[in-house]
Amino acid sequence: MPEPQPAFQFADLRQQHDVAQLGMWVFLATEVLFFGGLILAYSAYRFGYPEGFAQAARHTKIVIGAANTAVLLTSSFLVAWAVLAARLREGRLAAVLMWIAAALGALFLALKGVEYAKEYQEHLVPGLNFSVQEPNAKAMSLFFAFYFVATGLHAVHVAVGIVVLAVIGVRASHGAYSERYHAPITIAGLYWHFVDVVWIFLFALIYLPGRAS
Amino acid sequence: MNMRPPRILLASWAGLLALLALTVVGAYQPLGAANTVLALGIALAKALIVLAIFMELRESRALVIAFAGAGFFWLGIMLWLALADFVTRPNFPPRLPGL
Repeated sequence: MPEPQPAFQFADLRQQHDVAQLGMWVFLATEVLFFGGLILAYSAYRFGYPEGFAQAARHTKIVIGAANTAVLLTSSFLVAWAVLAARLREGRLAAVLMWIAAALGALFLALKGVEYAKEYQEHLVPGLNFSVQEPNAKAMSLFFAFYFVATGLHAVHVAVGIVVLAVIGVRASHGAYSERYHAPITIAGLYWHFVDVVWIFLFALIYLPGRAS
Repeated sequence: MNMRPPRILLASWAGLLALLALTVVGAYQPLGAANTVLALGIALAKALIVLAIFMELRESRALVIAFAGAGFFWLGIMLWLALADFVTRPNFPPRLPGL
């Protein structure tokens, strides 16, 4: 690998790295507001229809949801480790960790697919086949509309992340990153961790309400 | 090849999984309104671990922390103002003039 050089507009790699990191956080701030709008709509409707939302949340698959949370938390841990390994020039280790994390991302999507299939069979998909014989059916369909939009958008983010992790993993395996030059793997990690943070809140809002009653 | 993960990352991972177990168990305890507070409180704790340690904010420059905080700051304002409206609406039912 030739020694990495800064792009022409930067004085050195350190400055280029700082700019890349800040740029990623700006992007993530827009993502916070993107998912935040959804969560605001959810909160307003949940305040308006507490029973219907609790009833609907009980229909979500908490075992799959909790397993998926563990899967994403684990993948985040592996990515954080991979970023540190890459900086220490442990390119092979970083690559393997990134690929395992990407595989966990794929497992997450597979489990999500199983969940969607079950919900389709149980007639819980608004706009497609929603029908439940319960008094709060309308409010329940609102909950499931939020559920599919929020988890669907999150799944798109996971799918993008899987590709990013896999590609960065290939570059890490070729020894592309070092203490001096590691911005790509660092900001790819930031993105993946952010997708994890979104899921942490979605899990609390989707799977946990109404379990005790 | 050094195969051992840094201890702080291992500890964070273990902590995150423990909090996940705690939040699932907590959701089944009949605590009334406190269930929601518990679920969101644990979610916040998990998010802070990921942000501070995995995303390295604890060792980042103040400028990066300000950029990271800005998104959540404006989200807080959006949730605060919008929910102040929705939550207090039942206290101010719409009334036609003259009735």
